[in-house]
Amino acid sequence: MRDTVRDFLRSARQSVSVALVLMLICGFAYPCLLTGLSGVLFPWQANGSLLTVNGQTLGSEHVGQEFVSDCYLWSRPSAYHYNVYTEDENGSRFYLDGSEFAGLASGSENYAPTNPALTERVEQDLADFLEKNPTVKAENIPTDLLTASGSGLDPHISPAAAEVQVPRIAAASGLSEEKVREIIGNNTEGKLLGIFGEETVNVLRVNLELAQEMGVC
Amino acid sequence: MLQIVLTLILYLLPLIPVGNYVYRIAAGKHTFADPVMDRVDHAIYKLCGVNPERSMDWKRYAGTLVGTNLVMILLGYLILRLQSLLFLNPNGIGSMDPSLSFNTIISFMTNTNLQHYAGETGLSYLSQMLVIIFMMFVSAASGYAACIAFIRGLAGRTSDQVGNFYSDLVRIITRVLLPFSILTGLLLVWQGVPQNFSGNIVVDTVEGARQIIATGPVAALESIKHLGTNGGGFLGANSSTPIENPTILTNLIELWSMMLLPGACVVTFGRMVHDRRTEPGTGSTVPQPVRQSLTARFFGKEGRSIFAAMGILFLIGLAVCFWAESQGNPLLSDLGLSQSMGSMEGKEVRFGTAQSSLFTAVTASFTTGTVNNMHDTLTPLGGMVPLLHMMLNVVFGGKGVGLMNMIMYAILAVFICGLMIGRTPEYLGKKVEGREMKLVALCIIIHPLLILSFTALAVTVPAGLAGITNPGYHGLTQVLYEYASSAANNGSGFEGLADNSFFWNITTGAVMFLGRYLPMVLQLAVAGSLMKKRFVNETTGTLHTDGIGFAVILVFVVYIFAALTFFPVLALGPIAEQLTLWA
Repeated sequence: MRDTVRDFLRSARQSVSVALVLMLICGFAYPCLLTGLSGVLFPWQANGSLLTVNGQTLGSEHVGQEFVSDCYLWSRPSAYHYNVYTEDENGSRFYLDGSEFAGLASGSENYAPTNPALTERVEQDLADFLEKNPTVKAENIPTDLLTASGSGLDPHISPAAAEVQVPRIAAASGLSEEKVREIIGNNTEGKLLGIFGEETVNVLRVNLELAQEMGVC
Repeated sequence: MLQIVLTLILYLLPLIPVGNYVYRIAAGKHTFADPVMDRVDHAIYKLCGVNPERSMDWKRYAGTLVGTNLVMILLGYLILRLQSLLFLNPNGIGSMDPSLSFNTIISFMTNTNLQHYAGETGLSYLSQMLVIIFMMFVSAASGYAACIAFIRGLAGRTSDQVGNFYSDLVRIITRVLLPFSILTGLLLVWQGVPQNFSGNIVVDTVEGARQIIATGPVAALESIKHLGTNGGGFLGANSSTPIENPTILTNLIELWSMMLLPGACVVTFGRMVHDRRTEPGTGSTVPQPVRQSLTARFFGKEGRSIFAAMGILFLIGLAVCFWAESQGNPLLSDLGLSQSMGSMEGKEVRFGTAQSSLFTAVTASFTTGTVNNMHDTLTPLGGMVPLLHMMLNVVFGGKGVGLMNMIMYAILAVFICGLMIGRTPEYLGKKVEGREMKLVALCIIIHPLLILSFTALAVTVPAGLAGITNPGYHGLTQVLYEYASSAANNGSGFEGLADNSFFWNITTGAVMFLGRYLPMVLQLAVAGSLMKKRFVNETTGTLHTDGIGFAVILVFVVYIFAALTFFPVLALGPIAEQLTLWA
């Protein structure tokens, strides 16, 4: 009996100390070591890949942003509006469409393919898009532009989705269509080794270049 | 299509050296890391008062595993409840409430990583590190340790000892998980995954608005999340976010790193079983052919047939998922929106349908639970693939556990074949008798029992129904997916489900706990029972379990068993939804 108790206590002590030691190694030493190494080797990426123009930080290369003006390239719809908000004098925060800001988040509305709410949203967005882009036909709109990404933070659209917006951007910004296409081309990335992934256009980087070209920032 | 094939081929290349390295660690053989690592390990043993030489029988091993995990659960629970009072909390996150803490801590200890919170608002950086990252290491290592003990039992060097749990746990962490995590962590940072301790970043946009951007020690979590087949994201939307998974290269790194160690487990199994056969004086008298094929040398013959069976199941699932997603959504094409890119709702442009369906099939098969697209928005058949693979729970599976499940099916398969030819079934040179078959049957029945009975419970009580957010057949699939994911210790979800409620937190917590430890103990019991038996000599009537023929039998046994248990509920969920969508 006494041996059993002693044996149990010994195992308990071993379990607790193994748990604590591993917690410190894996949960503390390891992340601190990685922070140190990446801070030395890749400081820009480790701090969030922030894009700066004339000393002002305007976003992150890898995080999409919502744009509503006609002169900018639009991103895909997002359940959380890319966490872009405005603040009124009372300190209340709103998304750019006027609805209440939900706080920092990521994700999608998680509509099943058969959910009527999905078809309603796409129908509404399609009508809005056609109204603002009168030269575009519905069947020429690539599906990525009117469907929400999984993260709600997708920084990219497909090159076709950028192309259908060129006439609107040119008209609203006063830049030529060739100039707009050139800027889009500068920020288009091909597939990795020509095989992996998809062709992408980085919306934020295009818009920062457009803004500089228009002299906004 | 080509990129999927190439991704899988490129996965097989590192599998061989890594599998070999992991096998040498499991078998206690010399590796190049020994001069340094032996000192580290011995320092840890000394600090903890552990004698690594002291071997345990299966009961003690299982008891120590469960006991140590319980201690870790307690420590983690305290940190979650107290996180608002502790340091490293630049975003001022409050403490987690009791039912959510209960769910979270069980979820991470059992390698499930089901998340009923969102990382942005639910956890301080200290909790992300001391609880989440810590649990990601130890839960993966615990699963792997159990698997090594199980294989030692099957390989049967001694009649009752299966090894020392503490030393297995420590060796796996210091020699495999930590060095690999640092390496992949650095690669991820290079590609743009943040790694810092600063609070969220607020920037002014060119349109005069503001944007808030999450940051923190993301890369450290990201690397072990995949290596340990954990799958819980730093942020709510997991690896679909460009913060956790910014480029196609990070996507490939994450894919490969979650596939690497479960595959290596099969290599370990094959090699350790093979060792026993080739070493003299260990019972078996099978003459070895002088020349062996390449695959037999890498995997061991028994490992090869298991790997082939898992591979066949995986490829079938992947093909169905990719095909279904490429078809797009007919309801959207009715609106005039072209579906030539496939179904893009819930998917990222940089991954497209190809990399998204590959990631989906991999995360479900290797029970990681990380997602690079939202599974709730998958087409009905595309979403059925991850659901089915979690129900099977044998297609590679998480670290070690999937292999143990597959061995249960292998024993079932030799038993069924044995009945057909009227002979006592044998597996790995041991007779499979009544006691083992009872344990195997019990072990196999627990998984569907947990999934189906809790799904039935959830759709009969109001608290369960309150979580459903999509109408029609898809609502049932949401519930089914949640419990399948819990029982399989996968952790992905149909994220629309409003699951942070008392009912969902407690029931899924219970399912995760039972789904992890009951089968594990039973599997160790099977090994403990088999290892006591004498080796029998192979005769002409022995069913060979080391060929492609056995792999095919195994695939059929797995599918037949799944069809018998899960077909009715799949017909009510995803299949019915598919039929209405395309009607």
